[in-house]
Amino acid sequence: MVHYKYIEGNIAAQSGSQGQVIPLLQTVQEKHGYVPEDAIREISDITRAAVSDIFSVVTFYKQFRLRPPGKYLVRLCDGTACHVNDSKTLLDLITDELKLESSDTTEDGLFTVETVACLGCCSIGPVIMVNEEVHGKLTPKIVKRLLKEYHKKGNGD
Amino acid sequence: MAKTITVGMATCGVSAGAEKVLGSLKSLADVHKHIPLNIGTTGCIGMCYREPLVEINDGTHRYLYADVTEEKLKSIFENHVLGNTPVDEWLILRDYQSGTEFDFLRKQAKIVLRNCGFIDPDSLDDYIARDGYQAIKKALTEMTPEEVIEVITKSGLRGRGGGGFPTGMKWKFARQSPGTDKYVICNADEGDPGAFMDRSALEGDPHSVLEGMMICGYAIGASHGYVYCRAEYPMAVRRLKHSIKVLEGKNMLGDNMFGTNFSFHVKVKEGAGAFVCGEETALISSIEGKRGTPKVRPPYPAVRGLWGKPTNINNVETFANVPWIVLNGGEKFAAMGTEKSKGSKVFAIAGKAKRTGLVEVPMGISIKEIVFDVCGGIKGDRKFKAVQMGGPSGGCIPSSHADTKIDYEEIMKLGAIMGSGGMIVMDETTCMVEMARFFLQFTQNESCGKCTSCRIGTLRMLEILERIVAGEGREEDIATLEHLSGYIKQASSCGLGLTAPNPVLTTLKYFREEYESHIRDKRCLSHSCPALVQFLINPDKCTGCTLCAKGCPSKAITGEKKKPHLINQDLCIKCGKCHTTCNFDAIYKD
Repeated sequence: MVHYKYIEGNIAAQSGSQGQVIPLLQTVQEKHGYVPEDAIREISDITRAAVSDIFSVVTFYKQFRLRPPGKYLVRLCDGTACHVNDSKTLLDLITDELKLESSDTTEDGLFTVETVACLGCCSIGPVIMVNEEVHGKLTPKIVKRLLKEYHKKGNGD
Repeated sequence: MAKTITVGMATCGVSAGAEKVLGSLKSLADVHKHIPLNIGTTGCIGMCYREPLVEINDGTHRYLYADVTEEKLKSIFENHVLGNTPVDEWLILRDYQSGTEFDFLRKQAKIVLRNCGFIDPDSLDDYIARDGYQAIKKALTEMTPEEVIEVITKSGLRGRGGGGFPTGMKWKFARQSPGTDKYVICNADEGDPGAFMDRSALEGDPHSVLEGMMICGYAIGASHGYVYCRAEYPMAVRRLKHSIKVLEGKNMLGDNMFGTNFSFHVKVKEGAGAFVCGEETALISSIEGKRGTPKVRPPYPAVRGLWGKPTNINNVETFANVPWIVLNGGEKFAAMGTEKSKGSKVFAIAGKAKRTGLVEVPMGISIKEIVFDVCGGIKGDRKFKAVQMGGPSGGCIPSSHADTKIDYEEIMKLGAIMGSGGMIVMDETTCMVEMARFFLQFTQNESCGKCTSCRIGTLRMLEILERIVAGEGREEDIATLEHLSGYIKQASSCGLGLTAPNPVLTTLKYFREEYESHIRDKRCLSHSCPALVQFLINPDKCTGCTLCAKGCPSKAITGEKKKPHLINQDLCIKCGKCHTTCNFDAIYKD
């Protein structure tokens, strides 16, 4: 059996078709936080889908990242309900506090910030999701506190 | 009798702190080991605005407490659990029949959400105790597939994902399609911003959706099913996978289910973040591992769907209705609602209503009843302006049409659509032009790029709207918007493009004066668009803390310490930073 760096042997053995492209990409991203170029080659080898096709899939779906994210992935919801409840202000605040201008990731690699269309927690908006934790009913003050807490936690361990 | 204490643990509850409450409940129970207690968790009961929720069931009565914190729980535990005296102060419902929040439930009719908030979603026994899997047993042992389809047709159930296509007819087409390999797909790619009905149903009662899929599989002759679920809903995915595993272990899913010769397998596929995948053919492409671009129909999925085989796709809510209909009969379902819209509809209420959360109301109820009777009116008693229904494919219905009944055709007459169930309530402070811009930005972002009219047309419309909101609108803009809308609606191939102009068209229809005042007078009637308002300081509220002055990027704020400050309008760049920094609510927009 061929040894793959990104995909475990038993998973590779079960994944011989185009239909497995997205699940495999998801497995890689879950483990590494992003999809490295070599992983795309491995998936192409396993599923027999062309590298270019897989690359087109990676860039089509918002979930996939081609660069490693920060330790904390901050997803700011800009769905209708959050938008009506002023999520734009929170985005400006977060960008400001974390000094993000041209990049979506902080220099220290601690935070990556992205806006998402809807996290489905509309009735407690505005909402952000940090990794898998959802924080709702946010105000600028709470967001500042949260960022500080994560900053401390991130540098602590 | 041992008391049962249940904590609501859907996403809303957890983010409001339900995990901490559950933790301290468990440690309190540990301290009082001599008292027999059952501690459980449940899904969403719909009252997202009062989470975390804790229910105490003493065997004869059920008490629901709201906004529970660790401290409140301590007191509730001492007084109610140990002392048998309910703490009235935080009690909102008794037996779901009376209490301060009973108005929220009074006009609701629960079919889809019949179990949500009443069962532990991870417990198969809980679901079975509430007639779970009786419908599939009935179908398998007492009915032919044609009879199942007949019941669904009679019920008048229509697709709850937004399209409103009669479910019975859809199943019939899939059944009639020749071939032995067929597929059932549950569309759980709930992408409309402002909608969370499917998330709550999957988190609160995954089994009812799975049972609906099994019944559909039997009816159309399929032995494989997929749930295509948004990756943004990790809890729903987890609960679905867990439920499937439990069912497989009990021979209630898989080969020869329930000892019959019917076999059905279900797999969960996680979406990867593309709104367009809510469209049937795009969803199929995505399961096949490709880019989620829609295909031209016909052939419809019922003829040529997943892997080229006949496929039936229904939404989560549609499937959740099915077991109830099979058990109770199509007539009982059809007795609810209007002539052409039967049964109930789940709405996710968000925005400026007092009570926000999940409601399930009978079809035929008016928008006014939902906003005022069920949801208690508008926060801060401001003026009700409009509801937005159907997300980026839908439109705004103004308060002047608040008597409109919830009915597929009635809503469509107004230029909006029933949609999947997102209902955003807006008050006088919401700018409708900005709202239209918001939705256009969404569709522009999510356009898959296949049709030029959608890819480029929505971009041109967005540019115009951005200009108007920024106070740089031109006289001809409204006409251009209308002109482009017509083209996009004519020339796009899938639902995304066909409906993309709706938010603009409905706001132009009902709130044209807002567009005009943005363009001609450079004023935002709702005092909301930053570029068209002035930021001012209320000297009565300003304490002179200097926080705003320190943070102002253009040094437009001046004033002495401990004295009211002033904003120099010539220097102000209207970034709104002072508005968010102020701790005393002293800065306002005009």
